[in-house]
Amino acid sequence: MSTLEIRDLHVSVETKEGPKPILRGVDLTIRSGETHAIMGPNGSGKSTLAYSLAGHPKYQITSGTVTLDGEDVLAMSVDERARAGMFLAMQYPVEVPGVSVSNFLRTAKTAIDGEAPALRSWIKDVNVAMEKLRMDPEFSERSVNEGFSGGEKKRHEILQMELLKPKIAILDETDSGLDVDALRIVSEGVNRVRETSDVGVLLITHYTRILRYIQPDFVHVFVDGRVAEEGGPELAERLENEGYDRFLVPSA
Amino acid sequence: MSTTTQNLSTDHSRATADEAHSHGVGATPESSRAARLTSFEVGDFPVPNGREEEWRFSPVDRLAPLFAADTDGKLTGHGVLTTVVDAPEVTVEIVDRDDARLGLAGKPGDRAAAVAWASAPRATVVTVPAEAVASAVTSVRVEGVEGNDEPSAAHILVHAKPLSQATVVIDHVGGANLTETVEVVAEDGAHLTVVSVQDWAEGAVHNAAHRVRIGRDATVKHIVVTLGGDVVRLTPDAEFVGEGGSVEMLGVYFADAGQHQEQRLFVDHAVPNCKSRVTYKGALQGEGAHTVWVGDVLIRAAAEGTDTYELNRNLVLTDGARSDSVPNLEIETGLIEGAGHASATGRFDDEQLFYLQARGIPETDARRLVVRGFFAELINEIGVPEVEARLIDAIERELAQSMSEFASALGTESTAGGDFASDVTEQTDGERAILSEPASVTSADEKL
Repeated sequence: MSTLEIRDLHVSVETKEGPKPILRGVDLTIRSGETHAIMGPNGSGKSTLAYSLAGHPKYQITSGTVTLDGEDVLAMSVDERARAGMFLAMQYPVEVPGVSVSNFLRTAKTAIDGEAPALRSWIKDVNVAMEKLRMDPEFSERSVNEGFSGGEKKRHEILQMELLKPKIAILDETDSGLDVDALRIVSEGVNRVRETSDVGVLLITHYTRILRYIQPDFVHVFVDGRVAEEGGPELAERLENEGYDRFLVPSA
Repeated sequence: MSTTTQNLSTDHSRATADEAHSHGVGATPESSRAARLTSFEVGDFPVPNGREEEWRFSPVDRLAPLFAADTDGKLTGHGVLTTVVDAPEVTVEIVDRDDARLGLAGKPGDRAAAVAWASAPRATVVTVPAEAVASAVTSVRVEGVEGNDEPSAAHILVHAKPLSQATVVIDHVGGANLTETVEVVAEDGAHLTVVSVQDWAEGAVHNAAHRVRIGRDATVKHIVVTLGGDVVRLTPDAEFVGEGGSVEMLGVYFADAGQHQEQRLFVDHAVPNCKSRVTYKGALQGEGAHTVWVGDVLIRAAAEGTDTYELNRNLVLTDGARSDSVPNLEIETGLIEGAGHASATGRFDDEQLFYLQARGIPETDARRLVVRGFFAELINEIGVPEVEARLIDAIERELAQSMSEFASALGTESTAGGDFASDVTEQTDGERAILSEPASVTSADEKL
């Protein structure tokens, strides 16, 4: 059992006009086996939360705490957080020319586990996971994210989630830009990891569409850098019918 | 996330021929590369002062011994020793400087090259007989004589006769002050690979004029690898003399603190239906590391059906390093297959680093992966396994050095919230020239 606890988290980004607060006191608790959907309008701070948890240096934590099983996540470097069991599926995965997918996956797995995976079972694991995500075997010889279509990039992110077996996975708008077929494949991948492991999922999305494929246990509505409303899956349905308008009017 | 590497490229495949087309630096003294002086006479080249186009990026004070200003343009030192391990099918001779086979691959194009021509007492001639296929690599080792740093000259001719096939690796090691001529003659239908490795010891100063002549239907791969030495300046010229020729010019360089590594290429498309590809990649690290790449391509009016592309990329790993990159393309005919170039100099991409670290890969390993990846494709194209393996080792050593410096630098500052804000770094005047090109030039997005 793992628990990620976010308490009163305030985050700023540096701008030309000085630091600009984005997150204004976020409280969230994610436990193993739970899936939390974070929904909200553009600019509400959803992606900032994802990148702050992963440790992107662009974001300055101005106050608050984040702990994973009591350990201070904010004191860890980016790679230490990943090795502690955090995983961020990125909205815009980065190209790394000249580094093959297979080399990248093996290097990451070795770093996370602290030892190189046994070669034969590892190759099998990779091939099986790729097949389930409908990825061509030649994919593993391509350079990381280079020339990938939007759908290929997202499948590659979920492939990593399957292989690296994180305790807490943050999926940052994994559904954005996907057609229905790709969305279904990616969602099936996420659901497989949920069924076969004890992963806690923080699913960040602008649209309710992905929640038809990945059933959340909790829904949090993000507005203006904090959680404005929380509930169960029924909250997502309400948002689908009503949109975010009722949250936006009073905050003006 | 946006990549922080600046990517500037232009595609001239649809350029029209109404006038010569050049976009290098405004200060280019001649209107065309074709008008640049070449001569066997040292006296035709004044001693450089650093303001000449050929020398404007160079530390001429450090190269000065190779200009032989006080000795009437001649050097008499014996600072290098040349030894050859040849393939059984290949012949090797040491010949006097008046041998009729020397001087056939064009003329020197600057003072140091003319001094090399005038000074080398003898030349090493590697000949691949007609239709011979070399079964092994021929290795030429040019080694600095220990304790002898007299300015010296050397001359090597690699001569591939018609329909022959061979690989020759010229290796430069030890310490020296050397100006060198490397003539490469590929006769009709020959397939020749020539690799020049500059793996000098610290303190070495090396100027080398490579003059490559490509015959009808000949295929030449010319590769330079520059790692060591204080100052290394190479001027590879490739000239097509028969139709259907093809040249691939590859370069890899890695400059550390205080090192100056310069390569000035000139591809002369004088005859129809020839193909040239130039790909040079370099990494820089440390205070005062300086690399220069100048790529001149001239498509003369007669060279219809030309297909050319040149690419230079530089990866700046630390502050304090400088990279200059200047592609120049002159086109005198519109009846060509294609012509283009690309030049980009970027800082280490911190978003790549974040992505790899977010997968648990420690920062030093992540940096290593990115730099290896930067060079990987080019190294795979070399096609000479022993050179590839050695180059990979050398890059690992360079990286190990920068990683230890990096780690000690990290000790003094917090790892969280490090400096990820960097964007484009050195923008050379060549790149600026491209940026300010007329909008009619098509921009081609292209991959490393």
